Amino acid sequence: MTTLTDPPAGTFRLSMLLNDTRYRSLTFQAIALLVLIAAIVFLANNLMTNLRTAGLNISYEFLGSPAGYDINQTLIAYDSQSTNMRAAWVGILNTMLVAVLACATATVFGVIAGVLRLSNNWLVRKLMAVYVEIFRNIPVLIWIIIIFTIMTAVMPGARDYLGAEPKTELLFGMFAFTNRGVYAPAPVWNDGSGLVIAVFVLSIIGIFAYRRYARNLLYATGKLLPTGWPSLALLIVPVVLAFFIMGQPIGLDSPDVLANRFNLKGGIQIGAPLIALWFALSIYTGAFIAENVRAGIQAVSKGQTEAAAALGLRSGRIMNLVVLPQALRVIIPPLISNYLNITKNTSLAIAVGYADITATLGGITLNQTGRAIECVLLLMLFYLVISLSISALMNVYNNAMKLKER
Amino acid sequence: MKKTVFLGALTVAGLAAGAAAAGTLDDVKARGKLNCGVTTGLVGFAAPDANGEWNGFDVAVCRAVAAAVLGDPAAVEFVPTTGKTRFTALASGEIDMLARNTTWTFSRDVDLKFTFVGVNYYDGQGFMAPKALGVSSAKELDGATVCIQTGTTTELNLADFFRANNISYQPVPIETNAEAQQQYLAGACDVFTTDASGLAATRATFEAPGDHVLLPEIVSKEPLGPLVRHGDDEWGDVVRWTLNALITAEELGVTSANIGEMSAAAGGNPEINRLLGTEGNLGEMLGLSADWATKAISASGNYGEIFEKNIGESTPIGLARGLNAQWTNGGLIYSPPFR
Amino acid sequence: MSDKRADSVAFVRDTFIAEQPAPSSATGVVKWLQDNLFATWANGLLTIVSLYVVYLLLTATMPWIFNGIWNTESLAQCREVLDGSTGACFSVLSERWNQLLFGFKYPPDQYWRPTLAFVLMFAALAPVLFFDLPRKLLVITALFPFTAYWLIWGGTILTPLFALAGVVVGYFVYARFVKNSFAAGFFGAIVAALVVWMLGGQIIPENANDNALLAAVPSRDLGGFMLNMMLGLTCVSLSVPIGIALALGRQSNLPLIKVICVVFIEFIRGVPLITLLFVANVMLAYFFPPGSGVDLFLRVVIMITMFSAAYIAEVIRGGLAALPKGQYEAADSLGLDYPQAMRLIILPQALKISIPGIVNVAVGLFKDTTLVSVISMFDLVGMIRGPILASTEWNGVYWELFMAASVLFFVVCYGISQYSQWLERRLATDHR
Repeated sequence: MTTLTDPPAGTFRLSMLLNDTRYRSLTFQAIALLVLIAAIVFLANNLMTNLRTAGLNISYEFLGSPAGYDINQTLIAYDSQSTNMRAAWVGILNTMLVAVLACATATVFGVIAGVLRLSNNWLVRKLMAVYVEIFRNIPVLIWIIIIFTIMTAVMPGARDYLGAEPKTELLFGMFAFTNRGVYAPAPVWNDGSGLVIAVFVLSIIGIFAYRRYARNLLYATGKLLPTGWPSLALLIVPVVLAFFIMGQPIGLDSPDVLANRFNLKGGIQIGAPLIALWFALSIYTGAFIAENVRAGIQAVSKGQTEAAAALGLRSGRIMNLVVLPQALRVIIPPLISNYLNITKNTSLAIAVGYADITATLGGITLNQTGRAIECVLLLMLFYLVISLSISALMNVYNNAMKLKER
Repeated sequence: MKKTVFLGALTVAGLAAGAAAAGTLDDVKARGKLNCGVTTGLVGFAAPDANGEWNGFDVAVCRAVAAAVLGDPAAVEFVPTTGKTRFTALASGEIDMLARNTTWTFSRDVDLKFTFVGVNYYDGQGFMAPKALGVSSAKELDGATVCIQTGTTTELNLADFFRANNISYQPVPIETNAEAQQQYLAGACDVFTTDASGLAATRATFEAPGDHVLLPEIVSKEPLGPLVRHGDDEWGDVVRWTLNALITAEELGVTSANIGEMSAAAGGNPEINRLLGTEGNLGEMLGLSADWATKAISASGNYGEIFEKNIGESTPIGLARGLNAQWTNGGLIYSPPFR
Repeated sequence: MSDKRADSVAFVRDTFIAEQPAPSSATGVVKWLQDNLFATWANGLLTIVSLYVVYLLLTATMPWIFNGIWNTESLAQCREVLDGSTGACFSVLSERWNQLLFGFKYPPDQYWRPTLAFVLMFAALAPVLFFDLPRKLLVITALFPFTAYWLIWGGTILTPLFALAGVVVGYFVYARFVKNSFAAGFFGAIVAALVVWMLGGQIIPENANDNALLAAVPSRDLGGFMLNMMLGLTCVSLSVPIGIALALGRQSNLPLIKVICVVFIEFIRGVPLITLLFVANVMLAYFFPPGSGVDLFLRVVIMITMFSAAYIAEVIRGGLAALPKGQYEAADSLGLDYPQAMRLIILPQALKISIPGIVNVAVGLFKDTTLVSVISMFDLVGMIRGPILASTEWNGVYWELFMAASVLFFVVCYGISQYSQWLERRLATDHR
């Protein structure tokens, strides 16, 4: 057979490029390459011509010049004399901040709603279905704007908290919930606080060590040690002891209502745009995650639960040892792609004035410098890096969790 | 074979590039429509009304140019632009001119390669605060939360002002005027800053305008004017002198009411005659008809009439002429002579 | 011991007792309540908390909705009529309803055109969505794009006619040549269609739009919910064929083509739609030949189509991967070449599996069309945030407008997702 497909040497004809499977793939790829190059050259040529006609050039020098504008919520030191590059970094960190926060809370919302959708309480089940359907079927941009508007309209103004006799008192003398954001006390690290932190870290390590010991003991002798209460005690007792022994080195800097006539001073301020975006993304994506969680739990066949029960496991252990590990395999891949969506949706911060990367580099910097092409390219590069990193993590996880088939 | 197609594409691109350089004036005439970039909506300057008709101070400039070039003030395609898109729209040729309360600055002129053809409104950035706050000067705003409408020079001026006075503030950048207004009214920010004209326009729409004060400080110079691309001087001249014709018309007392009779025959004032084309050949020099300025002025009146109709004291916006009075009345509005 | 029953048992009942009704605690409402709401004390607590939440929500919204005002001319008048009591100001909806649906520039006397196109859309979608309908109805679907284009944009009827002619000629060329070789048919069809279109471009006179039966409406004048619908429908339908091509390319064993497809898909999926819209808005104009003046609507359609094509490609790739390997091998063993195998064996099955996924992408994309409001297009959200809220009369009406927008989107998206679930159930039974 193989000898038949071997062509006699020296009889190569041009038509074989199309008709002979050995050459055809090469032909197609060569054509594709040519078309690709032609398209790129065509676009690049247009770009050059257009830029030349407009007298513009592509230059990234603006990144080094002072940005000239202020940003309200920054994780690193920044003022209006910092460079555009620094403003972009502020934006990048803000994007990451809201993305991480929203991923965490969306997971919580999603898991709760997903589990409750399977509850045997009719009312709760229906309420959760309503939540999921309403949030899944209305655009997230509308949700962000609505929640920001609700916050602005419903929460008290910051000025209500100010003065010696304020209209509204601080909650526990520390927290203020205003339409500008939430004010909370900030920790103050005095001498000796390092030791308290060290004790805290050590006790966390201790908890892991104890759990490991308990598990090994269980496997070796079948003796079951309690883990819940001892862990909690290990977590709290040493830290509290260290804290008082060192003479209460960690203080709290509560928001001050008298320092300024416009705003509360001191403490930590979490701006309203951040909260609105965070909450909107969490509750919107939570609805999607709820469906994943529900699907994941339902994907575990009932026989598994019954088999576990037949082995004599209690219902909590059935969940932990039998159902969840199998459900997670179904839940996690869509969960990570939801995390990816959250990260990409943070770019809607622009609608509420939160200074993420789209609002700094792709917004004010672009407006002020007019460097549209450069800014948009950098912006896409950033998102691409983030998305590809998350995808890479997902692939690693998927490979690790793949059913080992033999 | 693929090679020739590819070369052909390049040739077409090159030819098209040659064609595009023919000049905006000819393009507009050939198209029969003027593409004019305006804001997405700022009451008084450019906003669509309930019927979708664009109205406003900047819009009137577009209509005057359309009337001068095409003889029809309605031959304008209004392209709404945001702070982000306006310069690209102009640079890429999507619009022929931009009349979108854009501040004339060095870098926009030199670095972004645009030609500002004049100033149709002298503005400055101001602050608005609730009366109840008891603030009488912007210098007392230490620690305040400030709402800013983004996409303008506002952010930069604000940063400069607070830095120069060594006081701190919390900026809240907002995309649209309507949302900034909502934030301000709900008390999410203490003061609202944008161009003084915009503040007046915004305050006019409040339920109780009397509860809000404009602070005396004007922290920046904002000469707003129409702009065109660098390098097309014929077109730049058309827009520049259309604007100047509106200004000169007010100075010389030519109004939409009396222009019919004034342009019918040469009168006693030679400058009016030159302006309206009953004497000399100014229109021809611009590449337009002799009565170009007559049509431009008839479109929506002279500069003063446009001002009064859209943003003047009789409108809800209620701006006084101030700096924008004719130079003969102590303002800055001054047109080079038509000679 | 006796055999007689009467001896061993004192009493035997020889008739059945009449059936008794179940105890009241195990039937009817009480039973249902107990099972579904108060099964355990924790469950009962949950019920009470939920009831309280529902109560709070209803008391907060119901008076506002039912006390709403529908017939004033401005917010100030609304406030006058309400005189301090709670109530919505729905007048903004009744006054600006047409603007919310069609944008503020579409000529009001032409509203019947998009409305008719909307109605026709259902006729066109029906044969695609419901397999039971006779296949001949697909002709309506094929004609719909051209009809809808003509209805919405107006202008000379020659443009859609020539577009249609190009497609028809392309189809006949394809049908003629496909028996010899798929490539010949496919590329021949494209060339034929292009030739017809170019001829058409030459034939249609410059001023054909001037006295057309339907007045031409420039795409800049489109807006409102109509714009969302148009963007959603156009981009999804355009992106399905592109998505199929990308998915096949990604599965292909030609390394170069595979790399191109993977890079394209991963790039598009890696960036948010909003940055692609920025590209459409501020960058794409630089990449077209100078003076070509491609309008914003078309640029946005190009970018959104690329966006959804990448996602649909991934869905279809999932469908391709889900097919048992035997299908591919069976096709090969029958001696089918690649286009035949794909067209006759693989794609019909893979696409069927992918339909629910494609519908999900479509719903997501439809919701994402609201993002065009960020780049100064006046879609539904853009209309609300721009012209309506900026107008003196309606400055300050937020809830009513956003509620209306939410309801519109909810109705459409919920409808589609219900369809998708119905389809999933149906497809699932097909496989058993």
